[in-house]
Amino acid sequence: MDLIISLAVQGVQVVLVLTLAPLLLGFTRKVKARLLLRQGPPLLQPYRDLLRLIRKEVVLADNASWLFRTGPYMVFSATWVAAALVPTFATGLYFSWTADLIAITALVGSARFFLALLGMDVGTSFGGIGSSREMMFASLAEPAMIMIAFSVALVVGSTQLSAIAQFMLASGSLRVSLGLALAALVIVALAENARIPVDNPATHLELTMVHEAMVLEYSGRHLAVLELAAALKLLLYISLIGCIFVPWGLAQPGDDLVAYAVGLSTYLGKLAAGGFLLVFIETSIAKMRVFRVPDFLGIALMLGLLATLLRFVSRSF
Amino acid sequence: MEKYFLDVAHMLAGGLVLVSFMLLYQDRMYGLLNVFALHAVVLSASVAWQAHIQGAPHLYLTATIALVLKGIIIPVALHRVVARLGIQRTIETVVGIGPTMLAGMGLVALSMVVMLKATATADPLAREDLAFALSVVLLGLMMMVTRRNAVSQVVGFMSLENGLILAATGAKGMPLVVEISVAFSVLVAFIVIGVFLFRIRDRFDTVDVQALDDFRGERR
Repeated sequence: MDLIISLAVQGVQVVLVLTLAPLLLGFTRKVKARLLLRQGPPLLQPYRDLLRLIRKEVVLADNASWLFRTGPYMVFSATWVAAALVPTFATGLYFSWTADLIAITALVGSARFFLALLGMDVGTSFGGIGSSREMMFASLAEPAMIMIAFSVALVVGSTQLSAIAQFMLASGSLRVSLGLALAALVIVALAENARIPVDNPATHLELTMVHEAMVLEYSGRHLAVLELAAALKLLLYISLIGCIFVPWGLAQPGDDLVAYAVGLSTYLGKLAAGGFLLVFIETSIAKMRVFRVPDFLGIALMLGLLATLLRFVSRSF
Repeated sequence: MEKYFLDVAHMLAGGLVLVSFMLLYQDRMYGLLNVFALHAVVLSASVAWQAHIQGAPHLYLTATIALVLKGIIIPVALHRVVARLGIQRTIETVVGIGPTMLAGMGLVALSMVVMLKATATADPLAREDLAFALSVVLLGLMMMVTRRNAVSQVVGFMSLENGLILAATGAKGMPLVVEISVAFSVLVAFIVIGVFLFRIRDRFDTVDVQALDDFRGERR
């Protein structure tokens, strides 16, 4: 019976991230439009877009290989697994022993690897540019992510997300190295999700785009799957920040239904707050030149390094 | 509640180190001045918190001086100086931002090692505050070394002085008269430097200090 319940809770989480991801995207678009004094598309527009794309015919280039057709599903499944592992409304889920910061970084990294391959598969110049830029950014963002994982793990003594969340709930004190890690994680999240200082998600201007350039050749259900993967990635990073740095409201294993409901509603609140802050950052700064992005990401790397360094001076816990 | 005292003090001191790095990263003149104002605001918050946990009301005065003098007056005055000098808005650095940041990291690591070795027996709060303060001082020094523009060197000097105040307030029992005299000597230094800036500009038509190095006496 316990097994069935824990499997069911895990199943709820797996479905929840998938259903919430387009809603989060719609929410950020709506808030962004409102902040720019425009009306904006309705909240449910991303679902409609996805449905329409799934119904449409797939147009394939003549020289597209098998990778071009299977790749989108690889990207999608890696991102979905990663997003489903992060504790969203409850810790200690059935698969929480796999929910490890380094494992999640690796899953996101392999999704990025496939996406870069897909960009280059057909051999158009835009796809190639997008892939090379994505890899340039990733070569700095991934070490930064690993440094963040190290500094959090040094404080907590574990890289498992459930353990981290429980430690944060129990100790509840401020630490310099965690503050630095949070700043670094925000920068990495902005870069990984191709948001504004790094890339503009709403443009098809060829000189600036990174993520859009890689998926330019896609249509129909393949594009739908890639778009959904991008939305899931955004949800993944906001839940990750929520789980590590604001773990309040997370339901513990063995709690009753009320705790789960509280966890779910605080999770929705965290998503809304995260989405709003993201849009606020996006509307208040301009996009950077591509060659300044390595500096920007270098800061994330530096903050991660600094966080790890400072861990050694801070009071012994 | 007690356990948060040290944590918040740490966060604020660490935040000051972080803003020092932001100063190093800025490459626009007005952005630099705004970040410098933020530096002073963080310093003032840190000093006020020290006043609270040490129960030393005179430190509130130090915090107010830091906030008014360095958070408002000096940045506004520097804004005016930059506008009147009409200098270009981007900052020229001697080395690139990336290597500068890496060197800054090295300096932070160095100050940690030195402070932890040197003050092994001291009170943990004071000792970590001193480590942060030394990092801020070293980063300010590095900023003075790596910038060509005289205005950004002034900002480096002021941020260095912020680090000194952080060190002074971390150590208990600092007399008020010392802090006030430091604050006013900085103000005097600012005025002198301001006059000096205009003199350099009048003579060389630039505030790039490279011109001073190349200058080989009066040309006739």
